[in-house]
Amino acid sequence: MHSHVPYETFLHQIAGFLGSFYLVLAVMNAFAALVIWQSGRDKVLFRLPISKLPFTVSMAWLGVSIFFTILAPIAFSGRQDWMEIISLPQLLRSGVNRAMNPTIYSVGSMVLLLILFFLRKYVVQPPMAWGLLNLSALLMGMSLTDQNFAAIVTKPDNVPIVGLVFLLGFFTWLSAYQAVRNDDRLKQGLGPEEKLDDEKVLVWPDLVYTELICMVALTAFLIVWAIALQAPLEEPASSVKTPNPSKAPWYFLGLQEMLVYYDPWMAGVVLPSMVINGLMAIPYIDFNKKGNGYYTIDQRKFAYLTFQFGFLVLWVTLIVMGTFLRGPNWNFFGPYEIWDAHKVEALNNRDLSEFFWIDLPDLVGWGLSRPKAPEGSSEMMKVGYAIVRELPGILLVIGYLTILPPMLVVVSKFFRDMFIRMGFIRYMVLTNLLLMMMLLPLKMLARWTVNLKYVISMPEYMLNF
Amino acid sequence: MASLSEIIRESQIWKSIFRHPMPVDRRNRVVVMLTNFFLHLHPVSIKKQGIALSFTWCMGGVTFFLFLVETITGVLLMFYYRPTLEWAFNDILALRDVTSMGILRELHRWGAHAMVITVWLHMYRVFLTGSYKPPREFNWVIGVVLLLLTLLLSFTGYLLPWDQLAIWAITVGSNMARATPFLGYEGPGNQLLNIDGIDMITNASDARFGLLGARFVGEETLNRFYVLHCVAIPLAAALLMAIHFWRIRKDGGISGPL
Ligand code: HEM
Repeated sequence: MHSHVPYETFLHQIAGFLGSFYLVLAVMNAFAALVIWQSGRDKVLFRLPISKLPFTVSMAWLGVSIFFTILAPIAFSGRQDWMEIISLPQLLRSGVNRAMNPTIYSVGSMVLLLILFFLRKYVVQPPMAWGLLNLSALLMGMSLTDQNFAAIVTKPDNVPIVGLVFLLGFFTWLSAYQAVRNDDRLKQGLGPEEKLDDEKVLVWPDLVYTELICMVALTAFLIVWAIALQAPLEEPASSVKTPNPSKAPWYFLGLQEMLVYYDPWMAGVVLPSMVINGLMAIPYIDFNKKGNGYYTIDQRKFAYLTFQFGFLVLWVTLIVMGTFLRGPNWNFFGPYEIWDAHKVEALNNRDLSEFFWIDLPDLVGWGLSRPKAPEGSSEMMKVGYAIVRELPGILLVIGYLTILPPMLVVVSKFFRDMFIRMGFIRYMVLTNLLLMMMLLPLKMLARWTVNLKYVISMPEYMLNF
Repeated sequence: MASLSEIIRESQIWKSIFRHPMPVDRRNRVVVMLTNFFLHLHPVSIKKQGIALSFTWCMGGVTFFLFLVETITGVLLMFYYRPTLEWAFNDILALRDVTSMGILRELHRWGAHAMVITVWLHMYRVFLTGSYKPPREFNWVIGVVLLLLTLLLSFTGYLLPWDQLAIWAITVGSNMARATPFLGYEGPGNQLLNIDGIDMITNASDARFGLLGARFVGEETLNRFYVLHCVAIPLAAALLMAIHFWRIRKDGGISGPL
């Protein structure tokens, strides 16, 4: 797909950026050390062996800063033998490429987020979060010397997504940090921290000046960005030369990724409409009165987890996958893998009706085939046959959406309470939105495990589900 | 001796524009908020917590600011750009290679990407602080529409450079409309819409055709997206933003614990 320049030339191109990147990290850590040292809350981690001098937290960050300061000139050099030191080992990269596939990626990101969620009390502590930030920045830096990785990540239109990932990481931390502190306070019967500041201040100057400073800073930021990174402009439009891969704008790549599992009428029309409507419905189906106007997780765990699952897992990680890991023919490529247009992936997916009418009877030795309307039968007859053929899938979908919600009421106290407080209609809206949302991961799972293609497959009516 | 700035501030012209003395004392800091058109969007005083950066992340404000940046740079770009097959690509090319203010295009494009990101982050913050709960339900709904409009603004703008990136991204994106149930040429149920055996939904009358103004991304599409991008959607967004801001105040200001 992309014709690479020679590796040495590439290293020289990336050297300036990478060196500055490490310098910025060095300055950030030095600044952190300074702030901690100044605050007078520096903690002694341990005492040095012989001299018994104290080694403190701020000294640790200073050490990290020195580490990045050393990396910077190595990166600036642009020399292949030196840059090798600050690259991920080739062995590791090929290992990652081989191990990566949509299953590992999706399940992996979910498990990771779940771990972070359960360990949130520890992860949100500033030293921990700061360490994680440093680690991910280092990983990013050590990957950037890989030509394939760099080619995708530094594509001008992809740069904002790298920014998005780091921003989301930061703000998820910031909100969780405040939520954890609030949850602690709420447990002790105190109000949330936001309540401590309910004294009123004048908008001029307090808010107006903040806004002014924000605007100046943002303008400066945008101008630097605009100078540093040229907007992409490819060849003039041609309706006969189809690029491979053809990708929608990045914010829709989660939807394009869904095309792997759904037909366009679902991935492109029904599901996006449900996302929009589901978002609008949130205030009307969340009956929990707690957690209005302050950060908390414990007081609205279900809402929190559902939203995080929908936003971070289903929306953002799919965009990241669609942007960085999907290459020609929408094939999956590891982060350090070259986008080879000739990579073929065997597709032998089967429909549910094939499992039911062909594979299942086969198990007991009956050779059956799927019901098919006889030659020359009427339109109505054909529809009837199609429905019979797809009956297993149709029943499954109807059952999933109509029987599961009441069943949940019966078996789970959590949903029973919900039903009682919400009433029938709101409860059905909520559960159906949830079930539709869960359908995507379920379908992924079915695809990965049994190669399921469609639950309902009626290509003659363009109704594949 | 009156200083120059005093002379200016005492002049009839100055006084006719600014209806209040400088906001240096408490009284005039209140008056300025009440008498200045731009500032009267804000209340006079506000809970300290409501303006804490750690609470709002200023993301709604940043989104609004980016909208203004996009409006200004967009208007300037319109001076340079003609939405026709003959000129669209060449005008963008000239912005890069010839025009001295070509950086406008970078500002506009990166600003647009940034706005999509900040509007998501703003929604994220509003969710995490539970600020959509009563009495702010409806403002959340307006917000969702604003989110949709932001994405559509970005999507329609994506086509305008008329390069390979542009038309294929829009082709892939709008191909989905072809599959709209009932209304798409390749959508389930479109056969049902036929009168006396004549299909109402063809590739020249379906949802995709309505979006593109043609059966494929072409000159009509460019014109259509240009008008949507420069006039229709920004107007709708501006109106909704006005309501959004008005509702924030009517709903009791920035949310906070009761
Ligand atoms: C173009 C898009 C938007 C603009 C310019 C905008 C602007 C703003 C601003 C300036 C605020 C004041 C507080 C703050 O900065 O956080 C605000 C509050 C609010 N926004 Fe938005 N917003 C937009 C989109 C959205 C979206 C997508 C949602 C939700 C789906 C939303 C829901 C709300 C709600 C509920 C509040 C009140 C929050 C509170 O009282 O704490 N807005 N918006």
